[in-house]
Amino acid sequence: MKKIGLFLAFVLVSAAAFCQSEISLSGAGATFPLPFYNMAFEQYTKTTGQKISYGGVGSGAGIKSLSDKVVDFGASDAFLSDKELSAMPASVVHIPTCSGAVVVAFNLPGVEAIKLTPAVLVDIFMGKIKNWNNPALKKLNPTIKFPNLEMTVVYRSDGSGTTNMFTDYLTKVSKEWAAKLGSGKTVNWLTGIGAKGNPGVAGTISQTKGAIGYVGSEYSFAQKIATAYIQNKSGKFIRPTMASISAAGKGTIPADTRVMLTNSDAPIAYPIAGFTWILLYKDQNYANRSLAQAEATLKLIDWMMSPDAQSIAGKVNYAPLPAPVVLKAKAILRSVTYNGKPVLK
Amino acid sequence: MNSDKILKYVLFFASFLILLISGGMLYSLIQGSMLSMHHFGWKFLISSEWNPTKGQEHYGALLFIAGTLFTSILALIIALPMAFSTSLFIGEYFRNTRMASIVSTLVDLLAGIPSIIYGLWGFYILRPFIVSIGLSAQGYGIFTAGLILAIMIIPYATSLSNTSIMMVPNELKEAAYSLGATRLEVIWNVILPNARSGIAASYILAFGRALGETLAVTMLIGNANIIPTGLFSTGNTMASVIANQFGEASGLQLSSLIEIGLLLFVITTLINAAGKFIIKKMA
Repeated sequence: MKKIGLFLAFVLVSAAAFCQSEISLSGAGATFPLPFYNMAFEQYTKTTGQKISYGGVGSGAGIKSLSDKVVDFGASDAFLSDKELSAMPASVVHIPTCSGAVVVAFNLPGVEAIKLTPAVLVDIFMGKIKNWNNPALKKLNPTIKFPNLEMTVVYRSDGSGTTNMFTDYLTKVSKEWAAKLGSGKTVNWLTGIGAKGNPGVAGTISQTKGAIGYVGSEYSFAQKIATAYIQNKSGKFIRPTMASISAAGKGTIPADTRVMLTNSDAPIAYPIAGFTWILLYKDQNYANRSLAQAEATLKLIDWMMSPDAQSIAGKVNYAPLPAPVVLKAKAILRSVTYNGKPVLK
Repeated sequence: MNSDKILKYVLFFASFLILLISGGMLYSLIQGSMLSMHHFGWKFLISSEWNPTKGQEHYGALLFIAGTLFTSILALIIALPMAFSTSLFIGEYFRNTRMASIVSTLVDLLAGIPSIIYGLWGFYILRPFIVSIGLSAQGYGIFTAGLILAIMIIPYATSLSNTSIMMVPNELKEAAYSLGATRLEVIWNVILPNARSGIAASYILAFGRALGETLAVTMLIGNANIIPTGLFSTGNTMASVIANQFGEASGLQLSSLIEIGLLLFVITTLINAAGKFIIKKMA
């Protein structure tokens, strides 16, 4: 009897779920903006009733899901290259949702902040500077008494957008780095030890005297980790803060927003920053999607540009988009069509 | 149809399913690694460069094979005397005592602890300890990973050796004792020769287990893509590079990771087959 009851309950529940032929949206991709998306989508569901599910499966898997046409939107920390774009089954647009940065964290007892130039940063991560008493560090930080301590470089052992952003910056500022290591989600490190995920890198740094490594800003802000000031393109030493990361988006941005914000020319910008994107098909009529489904998708993404959603980004330690970027993103959204007709007005 | 026949079909289906699953695994591993096999051929096995940077992509498995073998062999060397003495303790010296049953329960418990717990313990306790006694500057590397692996495989090595030590016929031992043999002489001349196949097989199976261990090793080996140069050098293993990189890998990199998986599959199968062979031959 109990079993029959359970079965009936199951049938009723599934029937109820089926009858609500409500539109539900699904997306998949980057784990970096996951806390932001989770909070923002929850808020959106609360106010509009729109159901959304987002799977933090990694940028690569998110792009694959979009290319297989099984999701309404994909999400990625790295924009698609021209080659990758042409490999997609149809034309795809990029919508930035917030910016993040990579901070350089270190463990030097009694020292809360150090200043680093791009050249010194490159030398550290290439293993040329091996000890904290190196004169190059002393010259940049005359007030700090550096100990004779071996330097341990810590990097991400797993493939990650954080590594991509960091190595993209080092590639831009150093020809030698570009030739020997280049940029990517994993690179062929010349020195140091690898740890898994932001928590792994931060944990290793906090446990190892003399360690230096890089972590995502959203993680370092939440954990209040000691970070380095990095000299930007204008020659200023910039502390990674919400404002200085956001400022990186104030430089020149192309109309399709496909740009790494690293080494930004904005004078107050932190130099190792970048957007994270949501990816959509430019024509929303694919895989038998209805016009209503397309509208719901675009309304959601449009809302992500609103002050409400952007302030949620700030709450979970992501830098909101600067106003000119929001305008560009909204313009891109309005170019998205269904059967050739624009969906949003 | 009678019940006997039905049972026969059910059993046939169940065992056939096992065959099908392992065959399917092998097939998909081979299929997934085709791209990398075509690209690198045999050089994949002897190249130690792992460079995922676009435009300079080159993959070789040697450094991961070396890291896997070094850590597993080290683990076996450390685990061997400990597992051997534990199994003698349980199976011979304190056989059927309260103490032996406590120790044997604890050993079984070790086998049941999830590997992440070993990893955490290694990361927060063992690694700082190795740093504090001055063995290594940051505590990561072959030695730390091998030590954790040794603790993890002791239960596997112990429980099978136990059984074979206990299975040595009492008559033989009693005969030796009646000739005036000491306990040590009985162990060397009666127990060991009789139980050797089981003991050897248990170490081989423990070794096979060490080869595939992922999580705890990843947390302690340092994940540096170099061929280890010493006990305290960092390195990387086959299982941990797969776990670390498959999430964001695609194309040639993904195919190379799958080929490493295939190699691990083949090596583990060979080790297990060797274990079975030894049990048969030496028994």
